[in-house]
Order: sequence, then C-alpha cells, then structure tokens
Amino acid sequence: MKLFRHIVLGAAVLLTHLSSASAADAKLPVVASFSILGDIVANVGGDRIAVTTLVGPDQDAHVFQPAPDHIKSVARAKLVVINGLGFEGWMERVVQSANYRGDIVVASNGIAVRDRVSDEHDAHDGHEGHDHHHGKNDPHAWQNPANIVVYTRNIVAALSKLDPAGASVYQNNGDTYIAKLNELDRWATQQFAQFPDAKRKVITSHDAFEYFGAHYQVKFLAPQGVSTDSEPSAKEVANLIRQIRKEKIRAVFIENMSSPKLLQQISKEAGVSLGGKLYADALSQADGPAPTYLKLMRYNIEQLLAQMKLN
Amino acid sequence: MMLLHDFYQFAIAPFQEFAFMRRALVATLALALSSAPLGVMLTLRRMSLFGEALSHAVLPGVAAGFIFFGLSLPALSIGGFLAGVIVVALAGWISRHTELKEDASLAAVYVVALALGVIMISGHGTQLDLLHILFGNVLGVDTEGLLLVAGVSSLSVLLMAGLYRGLLLESFDPSYLAASGGRNTIYQQLFLMLVVLNLVASFQTLGTLMAVGLMMLPAVSARLWHDTLPAQLVNSTVQAAAAGYAGLMLSYYASVPSGPVIIVCAGGFYFLSLIFAPRGWLPRMLRRPHLRA
Repeated sequence: MKLFRHIVLGAAVLLTHLSSASAADAKLPVVASFSILGDIVANVGGDRIAVTTLVGPDQDAHVFQPAPDHIKSVARAKLVVINGLGFEGWMERVVQSANYRGDIVVASNGIAVRDRVSDEHDAHDGHEGHDHHHGKNDPHAWQNPANIVVYTRNIVAALSKLDPAGASVYQNNGDTYIAKLNELDRWATQQFAQFPDAKRKVITSHDAFEYFGAHYQVKFLAPQGVSTDSEPSAKEVANLIRQIRKEKIRAVFIENMSSPKLLQQISKEAGVSLGGKLYADALSQADGPAPTYLKLMRYNIEQLLAQMKLN
Repeated sequence: MMLLHDFYQFAIAPFQEFAFMRRALVATLALALSSAPLGVMLTLRRMSLFGEALSHAVLPGVAAGFIFFGLSLPALSIGGFLAGVIVVALAGWISRHTELKEDASLAAVYVVALALGVIMISGHGTQLDLLHILFGNVLGVDTEGLLLVAGVSSLSVLLMAGLYRGLLLESFDPSYLAASGGRNTIYQQLFLMLVVLNLVASFQTLGTLMAVGLMMLPAVSARLWHDTLPAQLVNSTVQAAAAGYAGLMLSYYASVPSGPVIIVCAGGFYFLSLIFAPRGWLPRMLRRPHLRA
C-alpha cells in the first residue's frame, strides 16, 4: 500500500514537471542581440516570451564571438531582435549558420540616426578618420531614452504580429515601459539643466555617448575611437591632455570595458580625478549597479552629475 | 640660434611638455639596454623565435594572476614569469630526456600553455579583449611599470656582465665548456630566465608586440654590421634606442599608434641594414664582380 502511494506520488510529481515544462515551451522563444536590448524586449514581452541574449552582461559586442549555444538559441527562436546601425556585424553569420528563417526586427528603425564623429583632432588636420570604423552610422542609439521609445514601439509591433493573441498585453506592457522612459527622460533633463553649458563636459575612454550628449547637451571627449580595439597615438593622447588642461574638465570616466591603464595616466597627467564606471554597451551583472536599462541610465546620469559638479 | 630653437621645439619639447612621453621614452630606452643584447644572444643560439613563442606561453600565468588578484602589476608579472619559467624548464627537460630538440619541445609546450590561457580567460566570464587589458601600452606606462622595467633592465645588464664569459663559451662551444668543468646547464637556465624576466616586464608595461620586436629586430640587424659579439651588442642597443625615439616622434607628429610604429622603425633599420650593412646585400654584390665573368 505504501509502495503504491509512492508510485502515485511519483507519477504526480512527474506529471506536474512535464506540464510546467510544456508551459515553459509555450513561451515564445525570442533572441536579442545584446543585454540592453534583451532587457527592453523582456519588458515588452513579459510572461509571454522567453528572451535569450547573445552578448551577455559586461560583455563587449564589438569583439563578440558566437559559440555553439548562441547558434542553437537562434535556431530555436521565433523572433530575432537586433539593434541595427551596424552594431551587430556578426549577426548575419550567426543567422546563416543557425539556418534561421524567421523575422529579424531592427529595433532602431525610425530613429534619427546620427553619424559617427570621427576624431576631432584628425578632422582639424585634414587626415582621414580611422579606417577600422565600418559604416558611418553611430549604433549607440540606446544612450538616448527617447530612442528607446521608438525601440519599444518596434518591438511591440513585431511581437503583436508574431503572436496576435497577446497583442493587447504587448501594447499595455509597451505603454507602461514608455511611461517609465519618459519619466526618466524628464528627470534627466531637469538634472542636467542645473549646470551651465561650460560645465557639461565629460571625458570617457569610449565615445559611445554621442546620442546621449546630443540629447542632453553634454560634450563627451574621448581618447580612443568608437571601436574598443583601436590603439591611440601619442598625438591623440597629447591633444587630449592639452584639451583637458585648457577647458579645465574634471569629469573623467572609465567605461566598463576598455583598458583603464592609459586613461589613468592621462587623468593623472592632466591633474583630474577619475569618476566611476559608465555603462555604455552592456548591462552589469544582476548584482551590479546597472542590471536593467532604466537602472543603467539612472546610474550613468548620477555618476555624470556627481563628477560635473567638480568641473 | 633659430635652428637650435627649431630643433628643440621639434625633438625635445614633446618630452618636456608631457610626462607620458617621458615615461614612454625612458621605458623604451631601458628595454633597449637589456632586451636587445639578450636578443643578440638568442640569435647566436639560433633561438630567434623563442621570444615570440614565450609571448604566448606566459598567458596562463598572467590569466591566473588576473583571476586571483585582479589587475595588479606584481601579480600579473609574477604569474607571467612563473608560467614562462615553467614552460622553458619543461621544454628543456623534454629535450634532455627525449629525442626531441629544444625548439620542437618548446613549440609543443607553448601552444598548450597558450590554449590553457585562452580557456582560463574565457572561463572567467567577460569576453572582452583581455589581451589589451592584461598587457600594457607604451603610452600608458605608470610609475610602477617604469620601476619594473628599470629594475629588470638593471638586473639583466649586471647579470649579463657577470655571466658574459660563460654565456659566450656556451653559445659557441658548449662541449668545451663542459669539458673544462663549466656548468653548462646553469648558464643556459640563468640566461633563459633573464630572457623570460625581460619579456614579462615589457609585456606588462609596453605590450607583447613591443617586447618581442625590440628584443629581436635590432639583434638580427646588428649581426649584419659586425663580426664581433661586443660590437653587435652595442649596435643592437643603439638601434633599439633609436627606433624607440623615432617611433615615439612619429606617433606624436603623424598620429599613428605608438607600439606598432616603434616596431616599424626597428623594421626600417633592419631593412636598411639588409641592404647597406657590411654583411648585407649591396656590399656583397660590389665585392664579387668577378663572379659575373
């Protein structure tokens, strides 16, 4: 009798496992190219989708190398969401090797695209820009929350088309998220408005903040080009130090993945103190300060404000 | 007077205005003083590719240092040094106890070490270009790095001077040294340790390309100029120092990445030496016109 009860119990447990597994399968598998985009897609999709992110937190999409797991998740996906603007140069190969035939949503469709700023000093001298820059569009559009409103709408449309039964859910989630984005934007605009133009200057090791700077009228200067793997010349470093000395900038940041050594030397030589990390291309791990897009923006902005006070 | 002023503005002012230029120059000169002569010794022993192999072999040690202690220069350097010494010792042991020659066993061991290093780094999570972070840049030399390069350079020059006779005998005639009671393997081991030490110090401060390039290029082209070893040693140091200075100037005025352009300058000297040096192509052509008849 006891044995019988055990068997029944076991079967029941097994059944619940199976049914929960099939419930998980019922979620739409969606792949997002990198962590920030993954967070936005998850906010829109809510419980109806299961998001897989290819380039994870704290990882650099510029030097991403797909592993078999990544190909597998693309092959299983019903929808692939990318940033576009040349950010995911590797995506075409991944989609091909996964033999993925579904839709690829370009989240940045419809935003006001900004050109990449080539190095200012080079432009003055009439030199060509660095030739490792592919394309002329700046892909870092997510650094402006107003662009993420467009991203959100694109994602809502794509999910609704794929899963019409959930359309109203996606619409609701999207509206909620857009409200949060607008609130963030209003708060940030107010905060930056406290500073005169002359103080709104920042130096980072990664000029991924072109959209951010244009939106909030903050001037970002960088010792390195857009790509993380570019090596600076002595001339660029010298020009930057001269500029810091001349314009008296105190806000110097190390972006979360480029080489810190050089920037430390520059800030030391120019006599400025280093700010914390700014998160440019990737979220932090869940226990870090920037595990979601909204938190990332808020964290970056607070860091910037604290450092600008010293300018 | 005007000319003197222009020269000062062009050649010295950049170093006066910027500390990073001074540090880069001093680090490069220190490296030239010890690495280039070591490179000459390496070419004597037909171990020219040793430096290149070693630049990969230190990776697991550097990775271990990074994983356990983070970005600390002593940890990365000690880790790299230990890994390099282990690889060299292992390759030496294999060549003494099996039929494999030293270069063959080194080729096998360093590739395994490199693979281990890559696994350790990628297992650690972040997939960023750790090589850029773990190895230095000549423009980013800090005081710590400068002390490391200067210390290693001084130690190497002193040790080389002390061991000169033994090193020389062993390079040219190992059997004589053994017969006369010299301790052959001690010299070999000490010498290789010096090489590892120099490479690791300059990887950490200047980057792998600069370390290997400044060790080997001036050494190879110095052999084209002189028959005697002392002359070759001096020549290689002068060439390395000149390449360092010329490269920094080019990087400053023409805005090209410093490390690579320093190596290209050393490469330029090598190219000129190939053609014009006494043991290069042109003098040889001129010396034997009778061959054509």
